[in-house]
Amino acid sequence: MPDDDRKRAALRALTDRVRNGKGEASAELRALAFDNNGLPPPLDALMAKVAEDASQVTDTDLAAALASGHTEDQIFELVVCAAVGESTRLYDAGLAALAEATAEENPADAS
Amino acid sequence: MRLDVLNHGYPRRTKLLFALIRRFSGHPVPDAARIVFYRPDFYGDRAKHFTHEAMRGPSAWSVGDRELMAAYVSKVNRTAFCIAAHTATATQAYQDADRVTAALTDLDTADLTEPLRETLRMLGTLTRERTLTADDMRKVLAAGATPDQIRDALAVCAAFNITDRLADTFAFALLTPEAFQAGATYLLKRGYR
Repeated sequence: MPDDDRKRAALRALTDRVRNGKGEASAELRALAFDNNGLPPPLDALMAKVAEDASQVTDTDLAAALASGHTEDQIFELVVCAAVGESTRLYDAGLAALAEATAEENPADAS
Repeated sequence: MRLDVLNHGYPRRTKLLFALIRRFSGHPVPDAARIVFYRPDFYGDRAKHFTHEAMRGPSAWSVGDRELMAAYVSKVNRTAFCIAAHTATATQAYQDADRVTAALTDLDTADLTEPLRETLRMLGTLTRERTLTADDMRKVLAAGATPDQIRDALAVCAAFNITDRLADTFAFALLTPEAFQAGATYLLKRGYR
């Protein structure tokens, strides 16, 4: 397996596990956290911060998510999903920009 | 850390391991290491594998280059724990503190190869803007970075965007400078597995 594929496969194994494997939070909620889209409040505000600027997360954000009836294990899983989801989108955006840049340089090698 | 389960929710064997590490290293187990022991089947096992592949797997980038990328991405994210941890690790890997400080302070004037300088700039744009254009990527290619090097750098960037988010969300505790140095020595010896 080429080195690059090993890295991508390792990230895919992580994303598949956190989205689709067994968890305390439902797979549906985990998918919404992963996508940073469509979560109910107050989870939506916390997970948007995790995805978009985690340095802005406060104790109050975590407390609000817990007070809405979710367990610590559920919040742990949803935060992991939001972090992995956003990072996977960054990785894919970088690879897409690279594919576009190299396809124009060498059209015969477009893939 | 901000969730009690991340501070206390470990099986007895894991707590014993943490105590042993603390006793023999003289430093507490860093939160970045503790979190991968929390329900490892959910996150830690696969996260460690991906991070190790990105940081220590085959690559035209040196370990020092990749540790510098980790520090640089963390700087853009303003994640204090990871900036300190990977500044220390890059510095030990390069045996050159000035170079790491310069790269994190002013990319334009730092003593770096052009492919590395433009790769760091691209990772910074991607992390800050959360998007990237083909034009951004053409500049990295024009500076001499190969497509394989760019793909490897993107994997490092993904790994540390994950870790930075967890560090900030769960508020990983900062360590003493000595403990960050000890952690850096460990990461260079053993990697992320």
